[in-house]
Amino acid sequence: MIDRVGKWLFPSLTGRKRREALEGYLFLSPWMVGFLVFLVIPIGMAVYVAFTRWVLIDPPPRWIGLENFIEMFTKDKNFFWSLQVTLKYMLMTLIPFIIIGLSLSLLLNHKMRGMNFFRTVFYVPSVVSGVAVTLLWISLLDNDMGAINTALRSIGITNPPNWLSSPQWVLSSVALMGLWGVGGGAIIYLAGLQNIPPHLYEAAEIDGANGWDKFWKITIPLLSPTIFFMLITGIIGSFQVFTPAYIMGGTSRFSAGNKYLRFYLLHVYIEAFQKGRLGYAAALAWILTIISAIVVIIIYNYSEKYVYYEEEGKQQT
Amino acid sequence: MAKVEMPDLVAHSVEKYKKPKYLKRNSVQRAVKRLIILALLIGFGIVVLLPLSWMLTAALRGKGEPVYTLPVSWIPTRSFHFENFWIVLTNDAYPLWRPLVNTLFLVVLNITGVIVSNTLVAYAFARLDFPHKDFLFKLVILTMLMPGVVLFIPSFLLFNTLGWYGTYLPLWVPSFFGSAFYIFIARQYMRSFPKDLDDAAQIDGCSRLGIYWRITLPLSVPVITVMSIFTFQDVWNDFTGPLIYLNDAKKFTLSIALTYFQRSTFSSGVNTTNLVMAAALMSTIPLLVLYFSLQKELVGGIASVGLKG
Repeated sequence: MIDRVGKWLFPSLTGRKRREALEGYLFLSPWMVGFLVFLVIPIGMAVYVAFTRWVLIDPPPRWIGLENFIEMFTKDKNFFWSLQVTLKYMLMTLIPFIIIGLSLSLLLNHKMRGMNFFRTVFYVPSVVSGVAVTLLWISLLDNDMGAINTALRSIGITNPPNWLSSPQWVLSSVALMGLWGVGGGAIIYLAGLQNIPPHLYEAAEIDGANGWDKFWKITIPLLSPTIFFMLITGIIGSFQVFTPAYIMGGTSRFSAGNKYLRFYLLHVYIEAFQKGRLGYAAALAWILTIISAIVVIIIYNYSEKYVYYEEEGKQQT
Repeated sequence: MAKVEMPDLVAHSVEKYKKPKYLKRNSVQRAVKRLIILALLIGFGIVVLLPLSWMLTAALRGKGEPVYTLPVSWIPTRSFHFENFWIVLTNDAYPLWRPLVNTLFLVVLNITGVIVSNTLVAYAFARLDFPHKDFLFKLVILTMLMPGVVLFIPSFLLFNTLGWYGTYLPLWVPSFFGSAFYIFIARQYMRSFPKDLDDAAQIDGCSRLGIYWRITLPLSVPVITVMSIFTFQDVWNDFTGPLIYLNDAKKFTLSIALTYFQRSTFSSGVNTTNLVMAAALMSTIPLLVLYFSLQKELVGGIASVGLKG
């Protein structure tokens, strides 16, 4: 039986080779089934659904062509609004977080006793992300009594920001929470830094380079693949902000925060699962995918000039 | 996709290198520099830890005691009401022991699924030879780039059609079918063992499954540990999955239950921030314990894979 299946699947192979091929595909089968069922079929469905009026409580879906997309660009004010909120957040965090994470990793890269302890400490916020952290920051950022504003007042700032209930500051609150977790990025930069061969710095020192030269001429170019990677994940990450937006702004407790924390993904969620408009939400999700793909491709092309891949560095260890 | 071609997951460090004498700077200069770096690190370290220590302080406050004080109490000095954690778990209004058990249940299922499926698939990619292998592996890498958002709605429709809405099935079944990221790191790791091991075992009459089970799996313990920690973290912190698929309060996981807990205590009118903080802190303790006990493996894994943001 097994022999016949093998013969039918791999007619060009014989004996041990055929057996190995058959076994290979058997080992691979969990992924192949999953790929088909949880990826290919849903993506196919997502394309179809985006062109339909598919409402949860009103079952039969109706083909409406491009109407979902037309609605998005002509009627749905929240579409542009949420896009704006997301982009604002991205501008606010993307470059600053890269600079801060990189600086931190430079500090952590020194050979010193107890350095492992600091590396552990800075990574802690990335471990505990999620709802608990959002709840913590809601308490810390409380207008009147929160620890942050009390501390600000004690150093002489008499009128600290109304973080979560003011339109100007509410996005900064989310960014502040993100900043707390910046050590996670620093650990990734650190890995990049430790891959830079020390002999390059040696050579530069012999040639009389100072610290500044070494940083711009060796560290930055050799770290550029890591920086590029963090740039891309940072962009994708901003498009995917959901939990803090939902908890800080989505609940009724902070009605003022609600509108100003309507990140794109939250908009998709509200359309899909609160209003039950699955067709429209699927169209929104596609637009998000297309926008992020375009941004990533632009940066990718632009980066060709600046990102330096050292073939030798790639192959060591 | 930077810097991913590194098979060694744990023992990852640049070999010890000694600078020649003539390159060493004078020692006073170096001592000052070290002192500045140390001061900066301690300063930032305190800033990073303060929110957590404030959370602990708040969580240990007794009933009716103010959580917000003037000046801010960053470190627990008086009141140590450890019973708060017990109250959070077993109170009558919104006990959190059940969500805790539910979450653990999902964590165990997901870790099992992740280990079983991804090591099987990675074994095939790393150790076997079959037609179209390269193409299939490229497909795996490609799926890693697929944004999860697009699958948000169609996955919901799929699971809804299957009648899985309101059950745990959408939250653990997919883990048994492999995930690109884990296949990738496990394959990179498994590629580093010598091929002779497999051949020797085969000559001794070991079956393919036997080789996988007796040779590859035991050697892959480090990468399996990394996969398990990441899975634990992902499932424990997952908010959107349970939010979308669970509708029965009895089935809620910790992340969802926490938001309800916060709302229910706030709506009751009494100031119970101490209990909310106790609940939030309790939900992070398993992650912290796991992190500190397996810190070396985890940071080594993140460093060499460099992918988990």
